[in-house]
Amino acid sequence: MFGYYLTLALRSLRRNPALTALMIVAIAVGIGAAMTTLTVLHILSGDSLPGKRTQLFFPQVDPTPADLYNAHHPLNMMDYGSAVDLWNARRADRQTLVVQSPVKVSAPGVDRPPMMLTLLATTSDFFPMFEVPFEYGGGWTAQEDKNRVHVAVISSDLNDKLFAGQDSVGRTIRLKDSDVRIVGVLEPWRPHPLFYDVEGSVTGNMVSMGYYGKPEDVFMPFFAALDVNDGNFSQFTCWGRGPARPGHLEDSPCLWVALWVQLGSAAKVADYRAFLNNYAQQQKAVGRFANTDTRMLDLMQRLDYEQVIPGNVKLQTWLAVAFLAICLFNMMGLLLAKFLRRAGDIGVRRALGASRQAVCAQYLAEAGMIGLIGGIGGWLLTLSGLWLVRRQQMPYSDLVHVDVSTFIITFVLAVAVSLLAGALPAVRASRVAPALQLKTL
Amino acid sequence: MPVHPILSAMRHNKVGALLIGLQISVTLAILCNALLIIHQRLAQLSRPSGTDEANLFAIANEWIGAGDHTAGVVNDVAALRAMPGVAGAYVTNTYPLSNKGGGSAVWIRPPVDGTQPPAADTAMYYGDEQTLQTLGLRLIAGRNFSPTDIVTSTDDSQPVPDGLIVTQALARKLFPHSPAVGRGIYINGWTRTVPVIGVVERLQGPLVSGGGDLGGANVDNSVLMPYRDVADEAYYVVRAEPGQLAAVIKASRQRLLQLDANRLIAKVQPFSAARAAVYHDDRGLAVILAIVCAVLLVVVACGIVGLTSYWVSQRRRQIGIRRALGATRPAVARYFQTENLMIAAAGGIGGAALGLAANIWMVENLQMARMPVSYLVAGLAAVLALGQLAVLSPALRAAAVPPAEATRTV
Repeated sequence: MFGYYLTLALRSLRRNPALTALMIVAIAVGIGAAMTTLTVLHILSGDSLPGKRTQLFFPQVDPTPADLYNAHHPLNMMDYGSAVDLWNARRADRQTLVVQSPVKVSAPGVDRPPMMLTLLATTSDFFPMFEVPFEYGGGWTAQEDKNRVHVAVISSDLNDKLFAGQDSVGRTIRLKDSDVRIVGVLEPWRPHPLFYDVEGSVTGNMVSMGYYGKPEDVFMPFFAALDVNDGNFSQFTCWGRGPARPGHLEDSPCLWVALWVQLGSAAKVADYRAFLNNYAQQQKAVGRFANTDTRMLDLMQRLDYEQVIPGNVKLQTWLAVAFLAICLFNMMGLLLAKFLRRAGDIGVRRALGASRQAVCAQYLAEAGMIGLIGGIGGWLLTLSGLWLVRRQQMPYSDLVHVDVSTFIITFVLAVAVSLLAGALPAVRASRVAPALQLKTL
Repeated sequence: MPVHPILSAMRHNKVGALLIGLQISVTLAILCNALLIIHQRLAQLSRPSGTDEANLFAIANEWIGAGDHTAGVVNDVAALRAMPGVAGAYVTNTYPLSNKGGGSAVWIRPPVDGTQPPAADTAMYYGDEQTLQTLGLRLIAGRNFSPTDIVTSTDDSQPVPDGLIVTQALARKLFPHSPAVGRGIYINGWTRTVPVIGVVERLQGPLVSGGGDLGGANVDNSVLMPYRDVADEAYYVVRAEPGQLAAVIKASRQRLLQLDANRLIAKVQPFSAARAAVYHDDRGLAVILAIVCAVLLVVVACGIVGLTSYWVSQRRRQIGIRRALGATRPAVARYFQTENLMIAAAGGIGGAALGLAANIWMVENLQMARMPVSYLVAGLAAVLALGQLAVLSPALRAAAVPPAEATRTV
């Protein structure tokens, strides 16, 4: 019977080509716009670390003096002393410090001019905490953190550039003026957004596109990195006289180190909050802090706080959804007109014994078929929309891709929207009183 | 046109009327917000930077290796100024439209405690006695820097200068009731306030694309500091004689590398390219919104045509009876036009409320401006006109129904 309805639907669609085309185009445009923007939004909202998003926290304390005016206390970074104190306390399941700095990179024996890349000074927990995948080797140990050992983990990109993608574990790279042994090479790793680096969009100029760039190319044990790249560190902000020697911030009144912690249970989170507050109180008691404000956002709250998703993208998504709603109303009106115009046919079918459900099913099949054909158009429009996004010079452009799930969702959405649009007209059609219609024939 | 018969006829067609009304509502909500955003973005990207953009470009220079770059910078600037076709050059930390660089909060006296908010937020440019002339800025009060004002700023030390030049926008913000020249400005970390020695008419800050402390309403707040920037990374800003930009860009890159190859010229960017790049997103959004609005209007118009045509064909007999009873053709057409006007007006009022709600949400979440009533009025007029336009052809078809239709039997 369903097959027969489909034949009927096709015949009916052919009877009114203009109306049919209008409905198909409306659904295709609506679906195309919605799928393009939803795909981009999905990429930007980031599904990195789905299992851990409730376990990762970003503790903040406020080491700034009372006369440093800023509307956004506590700030995103800490001074060296506070960060290292909290890290050393080891009160979380895992904890890691992160600091970025520009570094000159070359490799002895590799014929290639030095490159300016970004170095992430971090600690051994970074890799397991953020589930960083290794191609060769692995991270370093807590002992190596402590002993300031000159080892490094490099990105897959850098490994391709310097060592043609070979296993380079054990080889040496030159960072600024020091030789550093490679202990690990990452697989291509592109967390988006680059959640552990988020900083500054609320306090800065709202340009949050930086969060969709590539991760750093070189990772080194925190303290060793401070030795190796001394003089190249930059502060988030300073007060008083600033750093005595620029680029060397360990003993300076500057904020420049961020801390991430992993806490496995609600009890641990509560404990850590208490610990953080205690720490701030204690520091105030000894006169080092002026404010005891603390904050500890989890990963998603943190991304939200920094307004990581660009406003334009949110706006376009809302627009696309509203557009799809209009297409839905539009199609609903046209289907209503179309179905009720055939009230005579319906009357005959009903008089010959078709049940209301059967009439309803027949017209729903017609609506579904429009959705299916509209879905093909919507899919083509989604492909071209995403192609346009990729062509733009956005930091996230290279992340935009089309996969099977996009394909399936497009069609499911198209058919769902058209069935929704068809539901009311189909029900109205099935309510047609046969006697009345037969009389008018 | 009596409204009552239309209303009672509509009672039999609730769903259809509701669907058209809903489409009109959402369309109006989108339309007035989209127009607001388009207008806002276009206004944003046509703000003047205050400089002679057509003839200016910037060279991003990075010195390789540590050390004192003062001699190198002095040489470079002298060499650039001496090149044929160059109208001016100086070294700086950032340049207008670059979207790079920062700024600072400023006070007009050192704050006594942390609770005192700053008097303004401002962008900061480094420059020397040739900066005004190179950028093409107009000095409207006070004096330009003299060569003896200029101090060297390195990565390591940034001395407190003896005088500053500010923009008119910043001067008005800081000293609304009196001339700015001679008044003092204080920045965190300084040991004293520094007097304003000159005011320029306009110089936009570099962070033009976003809101935040230094964009938006504060974008015209800039300070020129008398610093010769000898940091590892700095920019040379060069102004070419009219028509010579391309040639000067090419020659200056070669000249710099010839002077000292131990550097990286990371980027050479004409100001016009900087403007295009920095407003790329704004322009893109405006274009997308314009296209969406156009498609939207077409889709809605088609929907109205389709549904009204159905109503007309459904009521052929009634129309025939009316015609037979003496209604004129225009009266029949007017019936459908009035009907559409009523639906569109009702939908429009709902749409205005929806549009306002969307605007309020965007004001809170996306740093959007409040919507002036004029946009709602314009949007309402647009959807009413759209409805009338769309209903025209079905209405005329209804008017063409002959009175004889009434006599066709049941």
